[in-house]
Amino acid sequence: MRCRHAQANRSSDRSRKGTCKRSSRTGEDIKEAAGGILSAQAAQKASSEEIKMVVKVYGKAQAVCPQRVMHCLVELGVPFELVHIDIDAMEHKLPEFMSKQPFGQVPYIADGDFELFESRAIVRYLAAKYSDRRHGTPNLLGRTPEERARVEQWMDVEAINYNPWAFPVVLNLFVLPMHGVPENKAEAAAAVEKLDQVLEVYEKHLSKSKYLAGDEFTLADLTHIPATRYVVECCGMGRIFDEKKHVKAWWEDITGRPAWKKVMSFVESGASNYYP
Amino acid sequence: MAPVKVYAPNMSTAAARVLLCLEEVGAEYEQVPINFATGEHKSPAHLARNPFGQVPALEDGDLMLFESRAIGRYVLRKFKSPGADLLHEDNLAESAMVNVWLEVEAQQYDKVMSLIFYQLIVIPVFYGGKTDEKVVAENLEKLCKVLDVYEARLSKSKYLAGDFLSFADISHIPLTHFFMSSPHASVFDARPHVKAWWESLASRPSYKKVTAAMSSK
Repeated sequence: MRCRHAQANRSSDRSRKGTCKRSSRTGEDIKEAAGGILSAQAAQKASSEEIKMVVKVYGKAQAVCPQRVMHCLVELGVPFELVHIDIDAMEHKLPEFMSKQPFGQVPYIADGDFELFESRAIVRYLAAKYSDRRHGTPNLLGRTPEERARVEQWMDVEAINYNPWAFPVVLNLFVLPMHGVPENKAEAAAAVEKLDQVLEVYEKHLSKSKYLAGDEFTLADLTHIPATRYVVECCGMGRIFDEKKHVKAWWEDITGRPAWKKVMSFVESGASNYYP
Repeated sequence: MAPVKVYAPNMSTAAARVLLCLEEVGAEYEQVPINFATGEHKSPAHLARNPFGQVPALEDGDLMLFESRAIGRYVLRKFKSPGADLLHEDNLAESAMVNVWLEVEAQQYDKVMSLIFYQLIVIPVFYGGKTDEKVVAENLEKLCKVLDVYEARLSKSKYLAGDFLSFADISHIPLTHFFMSSPHASVFDARPHVKAWWESLASRPSYKKVTAAMSSK
């Protein structure tokens, strides 16, 4: 797949506004239930609350951390608006942005009045709040305390043992060349070697476990995807994944998920609004 | 209930993070030392506990966990009590703030602090080498920028996640403990809310017990 890194088209997805499928299903269900539990007024309130429940994601569509958050939202069936932040124009370092994210990084989100930053904290919040919304929503945090601990363990592996090597690969082999800035090839090569060693551990683990935390796809797998896609597709480093049978199968499985494909389509389209 | 086992050398700052959690919730635990000097952390027995050959690992019955912050969450959740709730998971907004500041600790604070720690402590004490003052200076500058954010935050709330103590605060203790006995501790003095926050953490019984067991020798 060719790597796309064009500037996002800023026009909002006007044709999709107001088509919140879930609210119309709720209204119909209420009407059908004779002597229904909820009054028509209450049903309206639930519908209008649902339409208002659009999470705002402040970031750049092509950036890794906003993609992590958007993927989680799509998996959980939560509508969102991407408020495009112009990284090239240093918008993320302006006082207005930094009053929301004091380290000047993307993304931050606003869920109604509630604002938070750090994509790995955001996805934990979203998973806690929005799982079990409807049949078919995946359980992204594990079902028992032990499963949850394993999800959190592998989330930390991504943050502390994996990303520190993926990041310099993407920086030196993709981001800097794209901006015409000289890259550090030695740093990239060293990072590829470290990442390869980490993936050897993943290979052994995934030979015994379908997903990182067990039998189900969870946040532990999800948090890996955006940066890894850049490593594999935009840095010419697919071989360190392809050479490992179980890592390769895992990678193909998690990137084959409909929710991830929807995120990639969304990013390519340059849209601002996502409705499940 | 059998005590949980923590596999790590005494000096491990990551292990201290776990021990602080165990102390805060009053859970029983045993420490099983892992000898880095003999390469025990890369032995098959330890790789079975932590496939990255790192410390700590925690054993609770059939469950073996690694990554100190994940272990900490598990312990704080399992042994939570009304007087010892450092995650606030019954409150969605509060627990989200705990998670935000735990990420800040891991991504912003620890990255810089661990480089300083490596220069000031690990190189001279474990390798008999010389501190690279240029690396220290570069990272001190970065640390000060992070501490400025903390100063602003702590001027609005008593602790990082809110007006309640949480794992986000506790997670800072191990590396900061060593930093505070270095000549550079003055960067905390220059920021009154950060200083007060640190002094509050350092007055806790868990701090005193766990740091007494760690040694910089």
